[in-house]
Amino acid sequence: MSHADWEGQAKFTIDGREVVGYKGETILEVARREGFDIPTLCYHEALEPYAACRLCLVEVTTGRRTKLVTSCIYEVAPDIEVKTSTERVIRNRKAVLELLLARAPDASLIQKLAREYGIEKSRYPLVLNDKCILCGLCVRACHEIIGASAIGFIDRGTERHVGPPIERLSERCIGCGTCVYICPTAAITLKDVSKPMPGVHKHPYDYEAPDCSICGEMNLESESKVGEK
Amino acid sequence: MIKSLADLEKVASEGERRIHPPHLKVMVGAATCGIASGAKDVIHAVEETLKQFGNGAASARTGCIGMCYEEPLMDILKPGWPRITYSHVKPEQVAEILSAVKEGKVVKEGLLGKIEEIEDYTRNTRYRYPLENVPPEIAAVENLFGLEFTAKQQHIAMRNCGIIDPESIEEYIARGGYRGLYRVLTEMKPDEVIDMVDASGLRGRGGGGFGTGRKWRYCKAAEGYRYVICNADEGDPGAYMDRSLLEGDPHSILEGMLIGAFAIGSQQGYVYVRAEYPLAVKRLEKAIDDARVHGLLGSDIFGTGFNFDLRIVKGGGAFVCGESTALMASIEGKPGEPRAKYVHTVEKGLWNQPTTLNNVETWANVPVIAVRGAEWFASIGNPESTGTKIFSLVGKVNRAGLVEVPMGITLREIIYDIGGGIPEGKKFKAVQTGGPSGGCIPANLLDLEVDFDRLWEAGSMMGSGGMIVMDSETCMVDVAKFFTEFLKDESCGKCVPCREGLSQTHEILKRITEGEGQESDLDLLEELGKAMQDSSLCALGGSAPNPVLSTLRFFRDEYLEHIKNKRCPAGVCTALINFEINENCTGCTLCVRNCPVDAITGERKQVHVIDQDACIKCGVCLDVCKFDAVTRNTRNTHSGGKSQ
Repeated sequence: MSHADWEGQAKFTIDGREVVGYKGETILEVARREGFDIPTLCYHEALEPYAACRLCLVEVTTGRRTKLVTSCIYEVAPDIEVKTSTERVIRNRKAVLELLLARAPDASLIQKLAREYGIEKSRYPLVLNDKCILCGLCVRACHEIIGASAIGFIDRGTERHVGPPIERLSERCIGCGTCVYICPTAAITLKDVSKPMPGVHKHPYDYEAPDCSICGEMNLESESKVGEK
Repeated sequence: MIKSLADLEKVASEGERRIHPPHLKVMVGAATCGIASGAKDVIHAVEETLKQFGNGAASARTGCIGMCYEEPLMDILKPGWPRITYSHVKPEQVAEILSAVKEGKVVKEGLLGKIEEIEDYTRNTRYRYPLENVPPEIAAVENLFGLEFTAKQQHIAMRNCGIIDPESIEEYIARGGYRGLYRVLTEMKPDEVIDMVDASGLRGRGGGGFGTGRKWRYCKAAEGYRYVICNADEGDPGAYMDRSLLEGDPHSILEGMLIGAFAIGSQQGYVYVRAEYPLAVKRLEKAIDDARVHGLLGSDIFGTGFNFDLRIVKGGGAFVCGESTALMASIEGKPGEPRAKYVHTVEKGLWNQPTTLNNVETWANVPVIAVRGAEWFASIGNPESTGTKIFSLVGKVNRAGLVEVPMGITLREIIYDIGGGIPEGKKFKAVQTGGPSGGCIPANLLDLEVDFDRLWEAGSMMGSGGMIVMDSETCMVDVAKFFTEFLKDESCGKCVPCREGLSQTHEILKRITEGEGQESDLDLLEELGKAMQDSSLCALGGSAPNPVLSTLRFFRDEYLEHIKNKRCPAGVCTALINFEINENCTGCTLCVRNCPVDAITGERKQVHVIDQDACIKCGVCLDVCKFDAVTRNTRNTHSGGKSQ
């Protein structure tokens, strides 16, 4: 309720250095512009922030209160003090990375980030072995940028996974490959499922792409069907 | 249409005639708890009997008065007598009881008590029943509100539950209903209403404990089209106070919301209620319809120009939708997931507009405050936690039910004085408060005063008011595992610490209960729990480690017993225990016949034997044995067991 009563520029500090941010900007946006390193997995400049990976946590002091905040959604305000690598920040990032390493031990980005934070091996049992870390970049890109909404989240809690509606091949998939491109852990792959169509493969579904409505190059008769894993 | 106080009084006198008619009236507690105990058959029997009586004798359904352990309850109101209550009523007893009453006599069996007077908190009056010239059985029976279960209670939010027919707006008005709204609309300015609620000290009964007046003030200060919401997405296992209020007195919630709407300047409200509460939904719908018909919802209420209407939104049964931002997303038709924003919902809530969301019980308190004033309300309870709180007292306790007590009462008073202690003389071990994300409080804290802040200090929380009592046969590791599993399934799965953290916590707890745990697991659980508290996106994840952290704090030895000695002291964790038949066995074959997996062999009059490999450790043999011949070993003595 406090950070609404100002306009224009905000001067504040990140790790002791004075920086300037503008109304509506988040800490993460300013920090990255100023060259500070804050790791993220679910953030993308082109998408609405999602605040799910919890790696971008930083400590913010306003007045006498210091709290842990999510920098991708926390809007800057004058005179706040941001600290990007306090003991508490590092401890929580490590906790998140260790959990993700137990979920996706084969994802090279997770391995790399974990190593940067001094984690070689997760102490947690391997419950799932899934490259998908549910960062939601693919789902949001498909919805927010492409406008196709061909995939979404299914189930909740530990059962949560990504797939097309009612787990059937989605006719809305245009085979653009954006989900493949944006996936940080290479959990989605693109492969040809029929000639001459490109199809998008997302475990456990294959997407057959319908034709491009503008150039009309591809096979108009193509029929969508659930492919093999 | 009710437009004035005179109109209200007119409806009230009609309601009064319904509550206390000039003829025989029989009431049956017909909230979900009563119906589950067989109230529908009792109602049927009552209707059949009264049909033969004629003379205007009437039956009615009421809500739950809180004595769930005595259900089904039947109340009889005969002119000239106090209201009398029968408990555990069976349909076949009804005709006998009622015929006796008709003739001025009383069947003693099953007679639980008499109601001598009913407090009307809203109008600060008491309805006194005649106590002179009544049959000796009635004179002798105890006052229902003087029983151990009821004596320390104070029903403010539950003021009408079990007293009136919840489907009658007339009866609600006869009990002082909608007078708070009338007063607020005709005598007060919105800011004065907020000041009043603020001064009353009312804090959010949904668990957060945030000052209700403060919340309203922030919301009113925000620009936009403001909404009020009632959070009736009650989902804690074993907690049902909100359901009982909705089923027993829906108008109290409507009136509270109307007052809140006037205070913050809102014209539209929502009640978000679980679809699994069909009776609550039905009674709420009826209440909304009746309020509209009487002009208490809609436009120009009481002729003051104030407009307000309500809609019911049914939730699909996701626990996380009790979280305010997830709830609002759900109303908007989006997946019920907490949203990622630092702007409070009082500024940008439902459809990005300023929104005041309060819990059912919070709303139900508001009309009384509006009539009796802030000072009166603040005089009840503790200075920082005013008023009363409803708890659903369940688990290993003699008298389970809904308990509305002034804040500051001790756990001991609730569990022993009101709840009657632990069944079969067993030892109290812990009480779990605050639902799945609350904590377990051990015996040495029984004298803890129950209010928002004391419970937080003890590592638990008020939550919405669940109170699960556990005895010496409850394994605390198993309890932590149970709640963690519940939360694991109910987490929305959006953020990493909550989703992955719960999954791993559950996995570690599972291996401890299976005798596969290591000592280092305990530190890992604590480390993970603290990280989840710190870094989760919403309050569900932030409080999800509480069951583990609080049991680790108070019952660490029990964890260590599982890990070091492969022993479950409470005899619960099946991998660590086994059952054996000792020489007390007379060879009666009762256990053989009851064993669901045919794991017991033995001839008649010979000592029986349990096949340890086939045994699923359900404990049925122990339960049925009449000769103390079955031993439950808290350490698995069978060498083939998994834990060896």
